[in-house]
Parts: sequence; structure tokens; C-alpha cells
Amino acid sequence: MKARTLPLSPLAVTWLGLAAATAVLAQTSGELAKALDARWLTKLPRELRLPLKDEISAFMKWLVEEANFGLFTFTDLTRGIAWLLAQPYELAKGLLVGGFVQGLGDEAVQLLPPLSWAAVIFVVAALGHYAKSLRLAVFVGLCFLYLALFGQWQSAMVTLASILIAVPLGVAGGLLLGIAGYRWPWFDRLLTPVLDLMQTVPVFAYLVPILFLFGFGPVSALVATLVYAMPPMVRITTLALRGVPSEVREFGVMVGCTSRQMTWRIMVPSAMPGLMVGVNQVIMLSLNMVIIASMIGAGGLGYDVLTSLRRLDIGGGLEAGVAIVVLAIALDRLSQAFVKRPPPEHGEGPLSFVMRHPYALTALGVILVTGLLGLVWPFLQSYPAAAQFTTGPFWENLVRSINVNFFDQLEAVKTFMLLNLLIPVKRFLLGVPWPWFILLVTLAGWQLGRWKLALLCLLLSAFILVNGLWEDAMVTLYLCGVSVLIAAAIGIPVGVLAAQNARAGRVIGGVIDTLQTLPSFVYLIPVVMLFRVGDFSAMIAVVLYALAPAVRYTAHGIRSIDPQLIEAGTVSGCTRWQLLWRIKLPLALPEIMLGVNQTIMLALSMLVITALVGTRDLGQEVYVALTKADTGRGIVAGVSVAFIAIIADRLIAAGAARARARLGLVAQGAH
Amino acid sequence: MQQRPVKLACRDVWKLFGEGADRFLADRRAARGMVPGLAEIQAAGLVGAVRAANIEVGEGEIFVIMGLSGSGKSTLVRCLSRLIQPTAGEILFEGRDLLRASEREMVRIRRHKMGMVFQHFALLPHLTVLQNVAFPLEVQGIARAPREARAREVIELVGLKGREAYYPRELSGGQQQRVGIARSLAVEPEIWFLDEPFSALDPLIRREMQDEFLRLQSVLRKTIVFITHDFDEAIRLADRIAIMKDGAVIQVDTPERLVLAPADAYVAEFTKHIPRAKVLTVRAIMRAGPPAGEMAGEVSAADRIEAVADRVEAADRPFAVTDAGGEVIGSIDRCAVIDTLIGREPRR
Repeated sequence: MKARTLPLSPLAVTWLGLAAATAVLAQTSGELAKALDARWLTKLPRELRLPLKDEISAFMKWLVEEANFGLFTFTDLTRGIAWLLAQPYELAKGLLVGGFVQGLGDEAVQLLPPLSWAAVIFVVAALGHYAKSLRLAVFVGLCFLYLALFGQWQSAMVTLASILIAVPLGVAGGLLLGIAGYRWPWFDRLLTPVLDLMQTVPVFAYLVPILFLFGFGPVSALVATLVYAMPPMVRITTLALRGVPSEVREFGVMVGCTSRQMTWRIMVPSAMPGLMVGVNQVIMLSLNMVIIASMIGAGGLGYDVLTSLRRLDIGGGLEAGVAIVVLAIALDRLSQAFVKRPPPEHGEGPLSFVMRHPYALTALGVILVTGLLGLVWPFLQSYPAAAQFTTGPFWENLVRSINVNFFDQLEAVKTFMLLNLLIPVKRFLLGVPWPWFILLVTLAGWQLGRWKLALLCLLLSAFILVNGLWEDAMVTLYLCGVSVLIAAAIGIPVGVLAAQNARAGRVIGGVIDTLQTLPSFVYLIPVVMLFRVGDFSAMIAVVLYALAPAVRYTAHGIRSIDPQLIEAGTVSGCTRWQLLWRIKLPLALPEIMLGVNQTIMLALSMLVITALVGTRDLGQEVYVALTKADTGRGIVAGVSVAFIAIIADRLIAAGAARARARLGLVAQGAH
Repeated sequence: MQQRPVKLACRDVWKLFGEGADRFLADRRAARGMVPGLAEIQAAGLVGAVRAANIEVGEGEIFVIMGLSGSGKSTLVRCLSRLIQPTAGEILFEGRDLLRASEREMVRIRRHKMGMVFQHFALLPHLTVLQNVAFPLEVQGIARAPREARAREVIELVGLKGREAYYPRELSGGQQQRVGIARSLAVEPEIWFLDEPFSALDPLIRREMQDEFLRLQSVLRKTIVFITHDFDEAIRLADRIAIMKDGAVIQVDTPERLVLAPADAYVAEFTKHIPRAKVLTVRAIMRAGPPAGEMAGEVSAADRIEAVADRVEAADRPFAVTDAGGEVIGSIDRCAVIDTLIGREPRR
């Protein structure tokens, strides 16, 4: 009888017991290992480690130096691809930045100047008007004008040129792969794990092999950008095609479409709204990556930030950083407007060519006129340096005065957090013996997804262990875990507030949208300036970057609760608090879990970037490998990060699916 | 009733969903020479969407397949058009088995001989009404001028003239389905499948569309397979009705015969609440044999009771009933009509 009165289920008791045991073990593992004379408990002996990274490096070397297809070598092939990619890139860059020249060095003759700043601003404003409204046109026009006014034009146009090439390639590639995945289920099964890896392996990890294969320069950056930006387009394409009503597909069959007509005349146009969401994703991810890829020679705004940070030029770094933000927001608003652009209204009837293309023709006219006038009045061609402003000194002074006046406060916060949160958690995680930790993870897998998930957890964590990255992985876990906890602790209440209060919701939505459009790189700039390098700076940058999904999913989860359930609660006399705690939060739980899952994914991807500010985790391992051009080391560490992400993702997804099934929100899934 | 030549028939068609359905059905039928029952199919983890269906659709006939949701009617019509590959059976279209036709032949047959209207319209959102209607012709590679001319013709036929440049989302549900109908007629199909075409519409619009449909059919005389879950709609439109339940066709008959001689309790349950005057003909309730005494007038044996009720009821004397040749074959009086109208068992 006593068992029934227990407030906790046996399962919860078991896990509480395990947690207690873990805590004890974490404290005593050192002595325990000594007492048992089993140092392997805390550190895997060297003999047991796999030489995987050396093998990968050796393979890479063979690939670059010896691999041969008979007629040409592997390097020839990759260099050929690089040459092919370079052509459109050079065209775009010539159009936006350099103009077209013939000859080399001093003998170079400019055949055509680049588009003038006035023409570019007009074109983006016209795009804004075409996509949505005059307001948007003015907004994006002002954003680009900012770039000219504050002397960021050249760098911004280099960045824009990369994006102009990366986006169509990424969209086209993603579309084709997505269509293939839709048409052949076996291809989809093959593609899904590859996409999982592409999206979770940190970008730095594949920069090295790309450098080897394609050489240092903008083309390598383009390839890296494509690898990074394409996966979401593939997934969204497959999803959007699956979302086309079956009747529409059947209609296509019934009128006797060939499979090509079916794809291009019926399925793709019907899935267009969904596909446009993918295009927006590709644009934003490309921008994010182009900034990071400045490390391997993309140039542009990212390069400016990077060099300024290295020189500790606070003003210059912030200026370029703000320019990235401005460019990101302008591109996001523009592509969002295209996503939401209402479908056409019926028109009058056939129109003349001029009447059908008013925007394109006007833009073309403005380009020609400004180009010609630019020959007479040079200030129209390139924005005069005399009329540029610089905000560098302002930022410099601001940061300096903050650091001077608030140094003690900032330092106190930092020390407090380090002593009371960061260091204890780190000690704890490093103290847990690896066999115990792997056992726990495997048990969790068994609990949530039976033997399949348990096996996955076991194998992936064993991979990290045998590659000798256990300690780095634990540091990663600790930084990621603490950041996610803080992000969730801030994000979930903010999400609740956004869902409860319409006005707060609008403001929070705007802020979150903007935060999400910013390239990850940008977050580092102010954090480093205020808190210098170290774990605490990394944590703040990660929290800022990973906050958005926690807020967004929570708000969405609460908003999408069946209103009848809330009415039922109100009628039963619930207070507002009771409504929130007893009805809304439990029902929104699966959605909130998915938000936390996304937060973890973003935190892991940001964590690798924070390696730049001196963390000591897997990210640092990857970054060091990049600077040493050590392919194997980078890939193994990168894959380890991906495996942590995959374990977390699968566990949480399984948990969310179970919670949803328990609440009867959907039919029980495959697990 | 005159016999029509058979346009489309299905013989012993099966569709089982689930893993290993082909082998399951082949094994059962080969080994024991018997038909697996519903329980047996479910026990094997399969879904018996269509079981041993046999129907024959005559040329120029409106053949309605009626069943509640999950009865397999949508699956059957998709088997008939080979949108779904049946697990077993034959689909005979103009005497040849569609299931043996190659992919290319099927494309040709669908392009030129079949048309289909869908429950949720299945219009392409990025095309105008004109482009939507011309789409089936465009797929065939017909040049712009002739295909648009033909599209304008059918658009006018369904009463949407003037809306050619509109996009589907600018139209009401009824108008959208008119576009769907026009589109399916653009290729002048020989067989016309309509899959619950009016189910997504409001009741008033539905009725209007049914009238429109009957008007079109009186002009076009297509061979029609019409799917519905609405028995009222079925008896209103059908020459013959096939009633489906749990994947099997229970009864195929004229509306009148369904009312007079339901095959089982399930069919009887449907027909019980149907106003009989709308279904029964004079022939069904007349007193057969040469009438005695003076007659008030003549009515045709093929007329629905509903159509003659006012006249017969108003007269004191019975009416003579004539057949198609004009010969008097019986009589009908006021009492018989009133019995039918109020649903009372006739006192004979």
C-alpha cells in the first residue's frame, strides 16, 4: 500500500538514484581510480585510441597528390570545378566591384565600370517595391545607402557578389536533390543522414579539406557556402513537394503528363510558396557562411571584421559588424517579402512587352543612365570618399568608456558566473568517469527509443571516446549545457510573455527575427569587447545566438493550443496562473522541447565559432586543425561535435514525440 | 430499360493496402480457390480497400458509386482510371484491359479519352482560369491559339465567360469547381470521372451544380462515373447506382429498384428515408391490366410519381398508363399516388 502513496513513479526514482550516483562519482572518481588502480576510468589509455585522424589526413594527402583517373588527376578535377565556379563569381564581382578590365597590372584598361552605387541602390529599392511596398523600397534603399555613406561599399559588394553566386547555385542544387529525394524514396533514405551530418558538422571542419581541394580564395569560400546553405533547401523542397495535395498530382496523371511535365509544370509550381521559404533560408545561411568563409579568402565584410579583431581595432570591427547587420536585415526583409508576396491578381489582358516588364526595364534604364552620367560626374559612379562618415571613433570611445566606467561591475558579473556556475559544472562533467557517462546516455536512449536509439547513443559516444576527444567533448558539453540552460531560462518565459500579450509579442517577435538574421560571427564582436576572451564571453555569445528558437517555439506552442481547452479551463474557474501552469505549459511542452532542441543545435554551431575567442573544447580542436591545415584532426573533431548534436537531437525528438503521443496531440509515431 | 453497350467494366478487382498484399491475395486465391474475407485480410495486417468489385458502365450512362467514407469508392474510381494499381482483376475500357496497357498507352488514353473532376478542385494556383482549362491540351503539345479557343468554348459552356483572366483563389468554391469541370471537358473525354465533385460545396450551391451537371449531360451525353457519399445526390443524378460497403459492391441497380428491392438491410437503411415519389415510376405502382371505366387522362409508365402527382391527385377518376409505344398497360388512381407520397404501404 505504501508504494501507491509515493509521489514519484518508480521510473523517476530510478533516474533520481542514477543522478545521485553520478554526483558522488563525479566527486570521487579521482580517488576511486587511484584506489582501484584503474586510471582508465578517467582517461582512456593511449593504446586503445583509434588512429582515425591520421588515416583521414593520409587519405587526403593521397587524394590531392596521387589520386588519378587516368586522363587527369583528382586535383585537376577539383581545380577544374574551381575554375568553373570562378567564372560567374568573377562576373558578379566585376559587375559590383571591380568593373571589367583587359590586360594586367599597369597596362590594364577598364572596359566597363562596375555598377554605380546609385544604380545598385535603385535596383534593390525597385526589388523592394516590386516585392511589397514603397515602404520596403525606402527601407532597403536606406540600408544600402548606409553602406555607401559609412564607407563599407566595396567590402559589402564583395560579400554581395559571393551571395549572388552562392544563392542561385544553392537553390538550384537543393531543388534538384530535393526533387530526386521526393521521386526516389531510396535516394531520400540515402540523403537524410548525409544532410544530418552536413548540418551538424561545424563549418570549420570542412574548410580544411575544401582548402586542399579548391585552393585558398573566394571559390573555396563559395564551395563551403554551398555545403552549408544547401541542406535546408533540399529538405524544404522534399517537404514542399510532399505537401502538394494528392489530388493535384492525380490531376497531372489524369491529363497524361510525362514525368518531366509532372515535375516542372505541376509539382514545382504548386509547391512554390514552400520553396520560397527555402530560398530565404539559403540567402540567410549563405550570408552567415560568406562572413565566416572570409577566413579562407572570401574577402568582404567578414574579412574586415576578422582583421579588425586581430588588430584589436574596436571601431573598425564594430563598423564592419554593423554593416553586416544592415546588409543581413535588408536581404532578409527583401527575401521575406518575396516569400509572402501575394499571388497575382487577374489583369486586363495581353499587354505589350514594355507594360509587362516595367520594373526590369526601369532598372535597366537607371543602370545605363547612371553609368553614362558617371563618366561625366565621377561621384555618381563611385561614392566620393569626402562625403563618407566614419563611426569608428564613436564606437571606440563608447566601448572604452563602458570598459573604464563599468569595469568593476562587468568583472564582478563575470567572476560570479565563472565561480558559481561555469567552473563547478565543468568540474562535475570532467569528473564523471566515461564508462558511467556512456552507460547513462545509452540508458536514456533505451528509455526513450528502445534498442535502436540506445545503440545509436552507445556507438556515437564511443566514437568520441576512442578518438581521444573525451575531455574536449565534456568541455563542449559543459559550455553548451550551461548556455542552453541560460537560453532556455530566458527564452521560455519571454516566449510565454510573447504568447500572452499581443503587444509584447509583436515587439519580441521583431527583436527575435532580427537576432536570427544576424550572422553568427557578429555576436562575437561586442562580447569580446566587453568581456575579452574566455569561456564567459563564449557563453554569452552562444546564449544570444541560441535564444531565438526557445522564444519562438514556446510562443508558437502556447498560441497553437486548441482555444476550446483554454475556454474549458476558464469556465472551470482557473485563475490566469492556473491556466498557464495547468493547461498551457503542459500542452505546449512538446513544442517547447523542440525549441530547446533547436537551441542546442544552434548553441553547438555557435560554440565552434566561439573557438575564435579562446575556448578549450571540441570547437577549439577544430579551429586549431584549421589553422594547422590538419584535415584528419579537424574532421574527427567536427564529426564528434556532430555526434553530440545528433545524440541530443534524437533523444529530445523521441522525448517530444512521446510527450505528444501522451497528450494525444498526434497519433503515436514510429518509435 | 434499353441495354447500352458496355464502355467501362471492372472484373473481380481487388485493392489491398499493406506490405505483401500481392502475395497474400495470390496465395489465398491459388491455394484454396476461395476469396479471403474481411476479417482474414485484417488479420494479415492489410486493408481491404476494394474487394472483388464487378461493375459495368454503359455508354452514355451516369453511373454513380455511392458509399460512406472508408467504403472504398474513391479507391475504386482510382483503380478504374489506374491512378492506383489494383492488386488483382481486370479493368476493361472499350474491351481492352487497361492493366495490361503500357505506360505510354496509358498516357495516350488519359490524354484523349479520360477526364476527371476532383473533390477539392485540384486547380493549379499559379495559372489563370483560361490557362488552367487549356492545361490538359497544353500538355499534349497543342499550339496556343487552338487550345485557348477550345478552352474559351468550354469555359462558356460551364457559364464562366468573362472570368478567363481570373486566378482560382479569386473565385468562389462553386466557380472553382466549374473551372475543374471545364478543364476535364476540354479534351472531349469519352469517359468522365467525377470524384465527389460537389461534396466540398455548400448545400445550396451543391444543388445548383447538380442541375448544371444534368444540363451539361443532356447536351454532352458522356459516359460518367460519379462518386458520392450522398444518397440523395445519387438518386437525383444516377441512371444506375452501385452501393459500396467495406470495399465490396453490395448492389448495382437503378434508383427505383434499390428502393423497391434493396439487396440487404444496409441498402434498405439508405432507401428508407428517401421520398419515394422522386424515385418510383408510374409503372412501379400502377394497377396492371386493361383499366375498366372512364379515365381522367393518360400518363406515361416511365414518368416519376412526383411528376404526375398533381394531375392524378386533382382528378376524381384514375388515369390510364401507357408504355413507350403508346399502348395502355394499366391504370393509376389518386389513392396509389397518395400512398407513395406519404410513404404508406399500398393497400392492395
